[in-house]
Amino acid sequence: MSGNLAQAYAPLLIHLLVALGLSAILLILSSLIGQHRPTREKMQPYECGITPVGDAREPFDVKFYLVAMVFILFDVEAVFLYPWAYVFRELRWFGFTEMLLYILILLAGYVYLWKKGALDWNPSKTQRDRQT
Amino acid sequence: MTPQLVIFLVLAAIAIAGAVNVILQRHPIHSAISLISVMIALAGLFLLLESEFIAVVQIIVYAGAIMVLFVFVIMLLNAGAEERTNMSRMARYAGVPLAIFLLIELAYQIGAAALSMTPQPLAEDVTRRLSMLLFQDFVFPFELTSILILIAILGALVLAQRGESVPAKGGPKTIT
Amino acid sequence: MNDTIARSILVVSLVKVVVLLFLVLTAVAYLVWFERKVAAHIQGRWGPYRVGPHGLLQPLADGVKFLLKEDATPAGVDRFLYFSAPLLTMTLAISAIAMIPFGPASIHIFGIATPLVIANISVGLLAIFAITSVGVYGVALGGWSSNSKYSLLGGLRSSAQMISYELSLTLSVVGILLLAGTFNLSELIMRQDGYTWGHLPKWNLLNPTFPQILGFFCYFVAAIAETNRAPFDLAEAESELVAGYHTEYSSFKFAMFFLGEYASMITVACLASILFLGGWLSPFPQTPGLDWTRYLPAGVLAVAGVALIIHGVRYINVFGRIALPVLGVILGALSFLCSQPGVIDDIQGPFWFLAKVLFVLFVYVWVRWTLPRFRYDQLMRFGWKVLFPVALLNVILTSLAVVMRK
Repeated sequence: MSGNLAQAYAPLLIHLLVALGLSAILLILSSLIGQHRPTREKMQPYECGITPVGDAREPFDVKFYLVAMVFILFDVEAVFLYPWAYVFRELRWFGFTEMLLYILILLAGYVYLWKKGALDWNPSKTQRDRQT
Repeated sequence: MTPQLVIFLVLAAIAIAGAVNVILQRHPIHSAISLISVMIALAGLFLLLESEFIAVVQIIVYAGAIMVLFVFVIMLLNAGAEERTNMSRMARYAGVPLAIFLLIELAYQIGAAALSMTPQPLAEDVTRRLSMLLFQDFVFPFELTSILILIAILGALVLAQRGESVPAKGGPKTIT
Repeated sequence: MNDTIARSILVVSLVKVVVLLFLVLTAVAYLVWFERKVAAHIQGRWGPYRVGPHGLLQPLADGVKFLLKEDATPAGVDRFLYFSAPLLTMTLAISAIAMIPFGPASIHIFGIATPLVIANISVGLLAIFAITSVGVYGVALGGWSSNSKYSLLGGLRSSAQMISYELSLTLSVVGILLLAGTFNLSELIMRQDGYTWGHLPKWNLLNPTFPQILGFFCYFVAAIAETNRAPFDLAEAESELVAGYHTEYSSFKFAMFFLGEYASMITVACLASILFLGGWLSPFPQTPGLDWTRYLPAGVLAVAGVALIIHGVRYINVFGRIALPVLGVILGALSFLCSQPGVIDDIQGPFWFLAKVLFVLFVYVWVRWTLPRFRYDQLMRFGWKVLFPVALLNVILTSLAVVMRK
């Protein structure tokens, strides 16, 4: 790493370390100062006053997985847009055309997701009818 | 020791320790967290090589997007702590020697290559050079990635919807 | 690099970091006070009033109380993750601010000139996004490790929401990158210098090539969702999820999630002012007719100081009758300082920057106490079916405008 880069990033590293240290001190301080009087009821997970039923770590809907998956894919697209925007003034029409093509191909995937109802959180009425 | 070397050794130690920890941890979510720390240490190594853009993208894409999916899937499957089994005989008599051999081979090859390499002078603006390369010389592979992503979108949808149609009635209840 | 120079730079940045973190934490504490006050007045109440005059000491009391509260750790939590989630949230939230430049001038610490920014790096904007993208884990792991159904559901919902809106957030600024061609935040501000037709500032929101109105809309909405605030605070929808991912957190661990939320609010407000509102640039051109605007910082402080003194002497209790006028006198002294020839030019940048940040923060609070909460399916539909295409459209239109203009 050259001197300039080190000069720019060393303060960031210091900032991160100080921030981490500060947070850790606050965390430790509060557990030292705060009182500890555990009772069986207090240690139960909160379920509005009712005795907890079953384990909290139940399997959940596959939609969360789909959202994360679609996010990754479009995030990769967004990441490509950054270097493209960085040099766009030099690329001119060539850059515009290649990115338009790129976006259009991905837009086909987006439209497909939309039509298949993957972007709806609740299944649409037609899908519900098909399932039952 | 120069400061660079100290930083390199610290980051490399974090990366290796994290990678080993991925295997040693029994709960998958702890393994995932270790993997995230490996990704961040790798970003630091990229930074040490003056590739600021790659370093940041490494965090945004790997630590911030792909590992989120990992964590989600671990939660989705509600994978509990794994059970330890005794090492199989195959692993003990074939795996361990092969692993040691691979390690020696890698160390030798990388060591030999590193000695014969000379550092190349960097471009004035590394991010600009990278972008120009990507969008001028490698236009075709770049456009191909969009098709790759398109296929991945279709694949994700097929996988997710197959899972959805199974528990229509009487199946395990899921939380939304 | 010379060793002594290197060491003095490290010392200087350490001083800057400590001062900035102190200011940020104070600002966060008073942002909570500000939000409670604004909320109260929107609803026709008084808000905090008991602790100190106008509740000005309330943040201090809250902080002490958080420290003294029982530190209850529920049974069945994953202890390592349970403790690291708030740690991660707070550390990342107060770290993103290191990239924010507060003004164009340099300050002198131990005789070394140093800019009003901690890390002036060439990929500053992306580094902030990198830090926010890792922030998702604080929420997801906090929810998962608590071993409570409400926490798990809140954490999941919240992280799904954060990643969905992060996409629109990252896309909404591409238009600005197309116009400016740099990732460095100071340079991004300097590219917005100048005035269209002599008066209209060339801020990116009003850029003559292609005004980033769509981009600003996307950024603003996505930033609200990204910081988990109303009307997108589904993570802590108390009517259905108690408190969401931090249901099982008590004492200062809870406060750390809170501090994190407000610190990221300040960061996104700073970013909004840098990217769209011209950062530290004054909205008035320094032409002979308008150069009186240089005295605005001093004027605002003077008016506030005089108002505080007049109001303070008639306050309902003795403490207020002493404290408020003293505060007013301090503001008056600051106002005098700001009108001095040596200071007046240096104060312009930070003044306009903070004024814009405060304005954005006020709109945030205003939105929170005006709009009802979205339903979760509405939230996801809005993010994916409205915000994402609009942000993409903004990218295409801006690039078309840029390429046609040259």
